[in-house]
Amino acid sequence: MTWLTWRQFRVSALAVLLALAAFAVVLAVTGPQLADLYRDAPDDFFSRLGLDGPKQAVFSIGTALVYAVPAVLGVFWGAPLVARELEAGTHRLVWTQSVTRTRWLGTKLLLIGLAAVAAGLLAIALTWWCGPIDDAIRGGHGDNASLLGVPRLSPVLFGARGTLPIGLALLALAIGVTASLVLKRSIVAMAATLVAVVGIQIALPVLVQPHLLDPQVTKATFSVDTLDGLMAGGPPGSAGSTIHEIRVDLDEPGAWELSQTTVDPTGKTVDEFPAWTSDCGGGPPPEPGSASGPGGMEKCLDRLNAEGYRQEMTFLPASDFWTLQLLETGIVLAAAVGLTGFCFWRIRRDF
Amino acid sequence: MSTVLRSAGLGKKYRRNWALSDCTLEVPAGRVVGLVGPNGAGKSTLLNLAVGMLTPSAGEIEVLGVNPAGPDARRAHVGYVGQDTPTYAGLTVADHLRLGARLNPGWDDALARDRVARLGLDPTRKAGRLSGGQRAQLALTLAVAKRPELMVLDEPVASLDPLARREFLGDLMETVAEQQVSVVLSSHLVSDVDRACDFLIVLVDSQVQLAGDIGDLLDTHHRLTGPRRDEATLPSDQVVITASHTDRQSTYVVRTDRPVLDPSWEVGRLDLEDLVLAYMSRARPGRPETTRPTLEALR
Repeated sequence: MTWLTWRQFRVSALAVLLALAAFAVVLAVTGPQLADLYRDAPDDFFSRLGLDGPKQAVFSIGTALVYAVPAVLGVFWGAPLVARELEAGTHRLVWTQSVTRTRWLGTKLLLIGLAAVAAGLLAIALTWWCGPIDDAIRGGHGDNASLLGVPRLSPVLFGARGTLPIGLALLALAIGVTASLVLKRSIVAMAATLVAVVGIQIALPVLVQPHLLDPQVTKATFSVDTLDGLMAGGPPGSAGSTIHEIRVDLDEPGAWELSQTTVDPTGKTVDEFPAWTSDCGGGPPPEPGSASGPGGMEKCLDRLNAEGYRQEMTFLPASDFWTLQLLETGIVLAAAVGLTGFCFWRIRRDF
Repeated sequence: MSTVLRSAGLGKKYRRNWALSDCTLEVPAGRVVGLVGPNGAGKSTLLNLAVGMLTPSAGEIEVLGVNPAGPDARRAHVGYVGQDTPTYAGLTVADHLRLGARLNPGWDDALARDRVARLGLDPTRKAGRLSGGQRAQLALTLAVAKRPELMVLDEPVASLDPLARREFLGDLMETVAEQQVSVVLSSHLVSDVDRACDFLIVLVDSQVQLAGDIGDLLDTHHRLTGPRRDEATLPSDQVVITASHTDRQSTYVVRTDRPVLDPSWEVGRLDLEDLVLAYMSRARPGRPETTRPTLEALR
């Protein structure tokens, strides 16, 4: 059975794995260069990286590849697995040999699953490659201007690092085979798998990831330096506009900010700011880093602090990265196991 | 083992339609059984039940003494060639033999290689580039080299031209004679069965109409032609299968174990096709015997 599985699978397996292996070589070559760049000048790291086009390309392509792997495996390895046999009628040939259908499916899933894990290892390689970048961000050297400066814990990058892509690859495979068994047509199963895998890759960070760990809470005071933005209403440019929302920078390098609200001295969320806060947004936006600004703003922020207003922020610290990775990988794997169980039940029914 | 296939009240339902119903059969070992009936009669369903590809909705079936869809099904002892003789288009002939060797403990590699060589199949050729007849031969080789006790062939020659059909069946007969294997073979053509089989099952509209040794069946069925007569006047041992009347003449196909002695009848012998058609038109009373609904005569 192993021989037949390999004989049928080898072309698509090699096509995907060789492409990924080629990229892994690129990572292996450029990774030490990136580490040197960081070691030589940690403070200058991001500005020097900003001038290094090839490394930025490796980062972008690597991230895109790791995100694409689950969908590719589900669509091209999983979805045709049974449907192709049903379409060609060859299930009548192969399922009437001496081996049972259960063993047929078991061998196929084992071998293809191992290949999927191998493909998912690219994410581990990418995580290693990005190590200097992540260190720099945690060290407070980050800039949020580009994707390079985004912490790996944030939803944008989280699914392309660590163990989660391996779990997603296996889940995508299970989704593909399930679609194959239920829909029985390759093209339909491939389309359904693509939609389901991409849907999960979007839904997971948006709906699941924020609720897995208890976030830390911090209450920050206001200052012109940390002010991120103000939402003011009223006629544009008029001095009488009132504040609706204040946003403040989180002083936790590498953390993933979940929420922030302004609370009054009793700890209640502020729905309506006092009328005098119109001074805060009265002038043009403050120059970043300059404390001068229009005097009204600074006084206004000081008054907010003095009256006990604070900015309450929830976040996951950078140290939660691997906990969250393993937790989410576990969830994804549990789903994969459930679907695989269904596949083994379904394969024994009529076709 | 005297019985290779036994079923009782066997039925299979797809959604709301019964593809096979109340099928009770006993197929003795060592026979070449022809399963005939129009397309859609339930032949494939019966054969798929026999090889465990389908599970029964009603009744039960035993193949080589066990449930073919159960955990102790004797998969290694049943060779099956599915409808349209499926093979892997992307695998070579040699790959197919290797598949057979890897997937079957009782694989007879020498037999498989001999057959492939004798049939002139190029081992390096991909199955997708073989002719229909060669593909059917390759599928049959896979089934034969398992060294099965029972071979189940679902319309193996349906897509072949008359010459390839004749060669395939001839080769099958040789194999059967060499290996002492029982065969159940379905076809919608009586001529295939006439050429290859010694036991007949007629299946029409999901029901078994007739089953038995072909020689016995031909000996016990007669066509009676004579002056017009009412059915009720026939002796009680003569079971009427079909009746047709003109103004002055009656023609009956009857089944009886005893000789027909009435001198007013002209007694004719039926050939296999007449016999099958008689049972088919009985099963579908709306259709006169002469139109031969879906059964083609191919000679």
